[in-house]
Amino acid sequence: MNHTVITEYLPLYKDAFLLTIRIGWMGILLSVVIGMVGCFITHFKIPVVNTLVKGYVELFRNTPLLVQLFFIYFGLPKIGINVPAEICGIVGLGLLGGSYMAEGFRSGLEAVAKVQTESALALGMTRLQLFTHVILPQAFAMSMPAFVANIIFLLKETSVFSAISLMDLMFTAKDLIGLYYNTTECLVLLVVFYLVMLLPVSLLGSFLEKKARLSVFGA
Amino acid sequence: MDEILRVSHLQKKYDDFTVLDDVNFTVKKGEVVVIVGPSGCGKSTLLRCLNGLEEIQEGSVLLDGAVVNPNKKDLCKTRERIGMVFQSYDLFPHKTILQNVTLAPILVKKRKKEEVCQEALALLKRVGLLSKKDQYPRQLSGGQKQRVAIVRALMMQPEVLLLDEITASLDPEMVREVLDVVLSLAKEGRTMLIVTHEMQFARAVADRMIFLEGGKIVEEDETKSFFEHPKTDRLKQFLQTFTYEDL
Repeated sequence: MNHTVITEYLPLYKDAFLLTIRIGWMGILLSVVIGMVGCFITHFKIPVVNTLVKGYVELFRNTPLLVQLFFIYFGLPKIGINVPAEICGIVGLGLLGGSYMAEGFRSGLEAVAKVQTESALALGMTRLQLFTHVILPQAFAMSMPAFVANIIFLLKETSVFSAISLMDLMFTAKDLIGLYYNTTECLVLLVVFYLVMLLPVSLLGSFLEKKARLSVFGA
Repeated sequence: MDEILRVSHLQKKYDDFTVLDDVNFTVKKGEVVVIVGPSGCGKSTLLRCLNGLEEIQEGSVLLDGAVVNPNKKDLCKTRERIGMVFQSYDLFPHKTILQNVTLAPILVKKRKKEEVCQEALALLKRVGLLSKKDQYPRQLSGGQKQRVAIVRALMMQPEVLLLDEITASLDPEMVREVLDVVLSLAKEGRTMLIVTHEMQFARAVADRMIFLEGGKIVEEDETKSFFEHPKTDRLKQFLQTFTYEDL
């Protein structure tokens, strides 16, 4: 391994790293919003939109992110809408993540024992009171593992951004390899940067999972 | 005594399976009625129909003259007046004991927190659980949890209390502590409808007994004659299964 090459490439990787986390986390934020709205709609079985949400979830869960990005990046200009690559990345990741988040939150809501609902209703609570005070806190703790797993999954999915010419980590590595053939150094740097991006999330995630479970269920 | 609950021609079906068929009875204010019967006879379903947790196909449930109907908007209001305690206690795991029993009065009845808390503490003291007020349900034994569940229902000041096999999932030595609470409620004149398999307890607490089988009321009588002079062969047979004298 050539150390001068590594020091030379570091600033490029740093820029790519910052771009990756910026787009990644914006996309994740969008996916959380979509996921919450989506799971709220399916939970309360709101007519018509409920079916639409289900269709959306199936469509985006069962097609690769790369294909979705191509549709947004190359498809939208065809109908006269020009969107910058960065926005495409955020929206693409948000839509893919939204479908996963919606399912993750739904699993949490459904994991709350049915009899919790009944005992709250028997006390005269309305559906909304039941949801906010009884179901949601428990569902939150139960969907935490899926939530953390989804975040890590989505951060890794950013690696396909290079296909729509976003200069993320993957793009930078491929670019440098193509130009200078320092394959080993480039790949090592790539792995290191992905680990730097994901390990803290993973560790913090497991910590929060435990904490949420402990505060709600005590075990 | 005034009538508080009237069930007439109640029918409950799950698809083609009839769970309850033409059930008729009334409960007077301050009366304790115990429903017994073999497993799967529809006892629990009957209680659940009374506070609208189950839809009924025919007949009616009247609480003090007002219809209990799962499709009506005022169902929440009706449920405030009918308390229910379940077999599996079902306290809210993320709330302390005090929060568990005060949540509904504060949220549903919009009562003042301080006032509700004072009342809750008094009731918790009465069932011997004052020291547990800041603990979580997971830190309590089954019997303690069930006593909290009773307090939680009482906090809504219900006119009728439905108890659905509340000792069925308890260890034998915990059954007594829960039944003692129920007995003391009966003594202070609470109107209760109880489903249980504890025959001796039923005998001690009930004013009137109902024997349910196959979704129908087979026999209904004052407690004493229900146990001492059962009229139908089926009830005689049923009561026999609880005595061991012939062994």
